[in-house]
Amino acid sequence: MPLVIWSEAEAGIRHHGRDAYPHECCGALIGHDRVVTETMALPNTTAEGPRRRFLVRPDDYQAAERRASELQAELLGFYHSHPDSPARPSQYDLDHAWPVFAYVIVAVTAGRPAEMTSWRLRRDRSTFDEEEIAIGAR
Amino acid sequence: MATKILIPTPLRTYTDKQDVVEADGATVGELLANMTARYTDLRQHLYTDEVKLRCFVNIYVNDDDIRYLDKEQTPVTSDDTVSIIPSVAGGGAQ
Repeated sequence: MPLVIWSEAEAGIRHHGRDAYPHECCGALIGHDRVVTETMALPNTTAEGPRRRFLVRPDDYQAAERRASELQAELLGFYHSHPDSPARPSQYDLDHAWPVFAYVIVAVTAGRPAEMTSWRLRRDRSTFDEEEIAIGAR
Repeated sequence: MATKILIPTPLRTYTDKQDVVEADGATVGELLANMTARYTDLRQHLYTDEVKLRCFVNIYVNDDDIRYLDKEQTPVTSDDTVSIIPSVAGGGAQ
């Protein structure tokens, strides 16, 4: 079963990745039943070097939950970019992943958004499983 | 008397879809231990193999992060609300 991302939301992820380059961008995925209807750009607050890391702080996480609630929707996951790096989750992604959420990664190569993928943490935390992305229309 | 614990979206699948659960305990550590005894699948997502809270798991008592209180020894009462609030982190290969 694919993760459906509405085309405006998909474009928003790509634009955010492009605008943040060479740093990583991050944001929340909001919608219903595996359909992402809206994204919410969030600040990358990492202190570990934003070219290779992102961090969503607890207060920004709560803002995303609140936004989903206001829309009578669900928080479905998070997206981030991999500048000049493949759209594949790293060990660091795995180590910090939450269950259930979709993790969308967009590769940004030389400033241009490229491949976009989506991943979910396996129940035993051993790895991510890739899921298909389908682009939907409003 | 039990204390309320607010459960974030990704963990509700392990609490029978409940966004609030109650547990007994005089400290945050006791509360979480009692909660994870009931909802055992929560354990691996909150704790490392060394039974330390994962670094991206934030526990608040009311509005205060327990890292700035007495950590898991922070006392709680039934008047408090404990929240589990995720940090979300990741990034590309180094």
